[in-house]
Amino acid sequence: MVEVGDKVEIRKNGKVYTGIVMPHHAFSDKNVVVIKLENGYNIGIDLRGCELKVIEKRTGRVKRKFGKIPSNKKKPYIALLGTGGTIASYVDYETGAVYPASTPEELAFAVPEIFELCNVETKILFQKLSEDIIPKDWQRMARETAKYLNSGKPVIIAHGTDTMSYSATALAFMLKNLNFPVVFVGSQRSSDRPSSDAFINLISAVRVALTDIGEVVVTMHSNISSDGCFIHRATKVRKMHSSRRDAFISINAKPIGKVENGTLEFYTEYKKVSGEKVKVMSKLDENVALIYYYPGFKKEDFEKITEDKNGIVIAGTGLGHIKANFIKIIKKLVKDGIPVVMTTQCIEGRVNMNVYSNGRKLLKAGVISGEDMLPETALIKLMWVLANEENVEEAMKKNIAGEISERREIGAKNLYEM
Amino acid sequence: MDYEKLGFRAGLEIHQQLETHKLFCFCPSELTERFTSKFYRTLRPTQSEMGEIDEAALEESRRRKKFFYLVSASSCLVEADEEPPHSANEEAIRIALGIALLLKADIVDEIHFMRKIVVDGSNTTGFQRTALIALNGNLDGVGIDTICIEEDASRKIKEEGNKVFYSIDRLGIPLIEIATSPDIKSPSHAREIAEKIGFILRATKKVKRGIGTIRQDLNVSIKGGARVEIKGVQELNDIPKILKNEVKRQIEMIEVSKKLRKRIRTEDLKNLNIFDVSKIFERTESKFIKEGMKKGVILAVKLPGFAGIIGGIRYKEHRLGKEFSVMAKMEGGGIIHSDELPNYGISIKEIKKLKELLSCKEEDAFVISAGKRKIAMKCLKAVIKRGMQALKGVPEEVRKVVQDSFTEYMRPMPGKARMYPETDVPPIKIDKKMIEEIEKNLPELPDKKILRMCREYKISREEATQLVYTGKDEHFESLAVNYKGFEKVIARILLNIIPEIEKEGYEISFLYKKIDIIIDGLRKNLFAKEAIEKLLRYFAVNPDANLKKAIKECKLEILNEKDLRDIIKKIVSEKRELIKEKKKRALAPLMGLVMKELRGKADGFLISKILEEEIERMIK
Repeated sequence: MVEVGDKVEIRKNGKVYTGIVMPHHAFSDKNVVVIKLENGYNIGIDLRGCELKVIEKRTGRVKRKFGKIPSNKKKPYIALLGTGGTIASYVDYETGAVYPASTPEELAFAVPEIFELCNVETKILFQKLSEDIIPKDWQRMARETAKYLNSGKPVIIAHGTDTMSYSATALAFMLKNLNFPVVFVGSQRSSDRPSSDAFINLISAVRVALTDIGEVVVTMHSNISSDGCFIHRATKVRKMHSSRRDAFISINAKPIGKVENGTLEFYTEYKKVSGEKVKVMSKLDENVALIYYYPGFKKEDFEKITEDKNGIVIAGTGLGHIKANFIKIIKKLVKDGIPVVMTTQCIEGRVNMNVYSNGRKLLKAGVISGEDMLPETALIKLMWVLANEENVEEAMKKNIAGEISERREIGAKNLYEM
Repeated sequence: MDYEKLGFRAGLEIHQQLETHKLFCFCPSELTERFTSKFYRTLRPTQSEMGEIDEAALEESRRRKKFFYLVSASSCLVEADEEPPHSANEEAIRIALGIALLLKADIVDEIHFMRKIVVDGSNTTGFQRTALIALNGNLDGVGIDTICIEEDASRKIKEEGNKVFYSIDRLGIPLIEIATSPDIKSPSHAREIAEKIGFILRATKKVKRGIGTIRQDLNVSIKGGARVEIKGVQELNDIPKILKNEVKRQIEMIEVSKKLRKRIRTEDLKNLNIFDVSKIFERTESKFIKEGMKKGVILAVKLPGFAGIIGGIRYKEHRLGKEFSVMAKMEGGGIIHSDELPNYGISIKEIKKLKELLSCKEEDAFVISAGKRKIAMKCLKAVIKRGMQALKGVPEEVRKVVQDSFTEYMRPMPGKARMYPETDVPPIKIDKKMIEEIEKNLPELPDKKILRMCREYKISREEATQLVYTGKDEHFESLAVNYKGFEKVIARILLNIIPEIEKEGYEISFLYKKIDIIIDGLRKNLFAKEAIEKLLRYFAVNPDANLKKAIKECKLEILNEKDLRDIIKKIVSEKRELIKEKKKRALAPLMGLVMKELRGKADGFLISKILEEEIERMIK
């Protein structure tokens, strides 16, 4: 049996190729075996008409060795929780496979520079790709985070970037009276690469974790240079680019501040840490839908989706609109006690349904204005409000975790240019 | 030098840019100086790499550099490492596979791109994407080990302190890398093979031409020496001299090692004390020392057994002292060693005091460095490290070409473990159909083409060779097909007349378009072929003129035989005396006179015939 890691000799058309068998690439042809040659290159050889001989079985994996996580009583303590994602990933140079940190040591030693700033306690909560994370995971994150906060440690959560702002927003609603910062951090280039943004992001996250910010925040690159990071309010931040390292942008608000070369600068007010114990309110009603309206959206589809829901968030057009003949259905939903929240698919800007007639009709039908909340934030808020608040409409209109801003300043619309 | 006896072994690594858009995005492969913005990065060798301890990567990161990247219309988010690479450019792959076939190499069944770690900042990613596409080729008995396709690196603009400025316009241009086996037998053989490979590449007409589009690296060693990689060879003609120099340098380093072994052992170079000797130079006259003192201190170290060795044994121009200096330069400082003293205004008295303080015996040398303590310290430590290597022999390393075909240390030889798969780029299956298609469109190889052209167009071998090697073959053939009987004239225009006009400083690009109308005029007998040069010169100054006007302005209207004879008759009667004296031998001097008057206005043969007739008539 030939296994990955075995040294083999392949004879084909009178030629001999010697190398180590590599894992099969998902897009590799089914007849092809990939071997790493002595010179380090991988090549694919079609095995049809070949003679393959194992010369040497794999001698067992070389396990990466880590020292003990250093500790220094004079330095502050932080907790670093792993949930998956590329911020702490390693390359198996033998096979080329990239794998995420799976032990507390691997997570801690991904960026050993942080030991200079603090003592690190690490825990792997789970190893999930961003898109695989579900609301149950948010609840677990909230409970674990509270445990560390209440034992006197600020918490940094390493998270995949795709749904990081969802998780951060959920925690922003679930955790009350924060006594330390809760900082979400990720990377857009995995940390196995020399150009990774992970190092600057994580170091910056530690700086933020050691401040008096009593909120859930996201710390990610502020621009495409290696300048530093913005501190974003969880409920206001959104991943606005599929690949840039400065993909995270605060929408309808300035970032709270910036970390650059170890120094902090604040742009806005923020909630200070409380002296009390953190309370967890992690209950959620997951039976909520977020519907993205588009021209041609079928009334029947809308009815089907909303049929058994306990709450609806609509990402409407412009100032918060949806086709006139939907209004009747919405009216019925509201009458049945199903809250319907309107947000805008423009992402930037506030909903205002007073301006056009369809908007006014929607308001009359009982639609709740999502103000300048991001559609995703409104979704998570509605899940949380349904499970924790008596008066849903009142709670949705109230600013609970910095998700609604009263003013949107002129300029700095596009933060890439800031 | 007897290279066989020296155990000379050399291999070539040739990098050639391909004529297509970039390898992993749709940016044009064009260099520009129009920069629109910039960004900067720091690179950090990753934990996993440090586990591997790659010396080259470590050394780069130790220097803590800040890399600035200049952005232009030739780069997008992919070059900025802000967007994952797209699938590999298929045209580039096809060109490279074609070249592999021409070099008779075995093409792999599936191409897998790799990430080769490079942390000098020249790649925004920190690695270069490269794939092996073929192995085991052959060119005139020299093995072609590997053929790879890879992305070119950024273009270095300048370096200021710890800041390095790169333009990312060049980053991502597809390159083919051809590495030969170390089968090359001599420096001139290396040049010959490099030239041959170059011709084959250009024969495809799908590679870039011009400065910087082809780069040669040399690998060389001799018996008792070590493999050294030489980067940045721009000119083919420099290859033999660079290699000769490297052989001499290795001979010198072998001698150094032999001599040192007789005097010292490795232990003698361990735990050497570096002394602050500033006191000795308190009242020095030396400018170098005074300058250094202003910045900091004077440090010195004894190098036991090195006296008379640092300054050079057999080839002084390749002395160990030069290697020491480069090591110090890389740390940001400079050194002076005892073999070059007294000099630089350092007095004999000071030298004596130094020797006393360092307790130098007769065979011991010393090295001093002046300046900031931290830097001077680093310089001397680097010198000690190089001294240890010298005892062992020739170190394996990467060197770069500097002035006069000399080389200079650049970085340690990169380790092997610096490659892992590029998982963002899907592998490419090479099927039979694709190869057959490429095979069908392969260009004619230069040697074959030259023979065919001689045969087909009745031009000389030299003309055919020149046409092929200067890349004018295609143009020639397109004209020769249409103007049978004028092949020689076309070759002369392409190979002699136009290049000559260019040498005189004229813009000649549009002249190529005039060849057609000129040959056409010649065929219609509007002027004699002697007039071509005059016409082209006229067009060089008056590019917008038409042929009719050019003929008129150059006074080239062809004369009929009667007019011709009248003019010749007139000249002959004027020179009656000469003909009486020289008889038939007067033909040559008279021909000169006649041609001066009639060049381009009639065919040379006809003029000569008439002149001969008229002379005879006169003699009678």
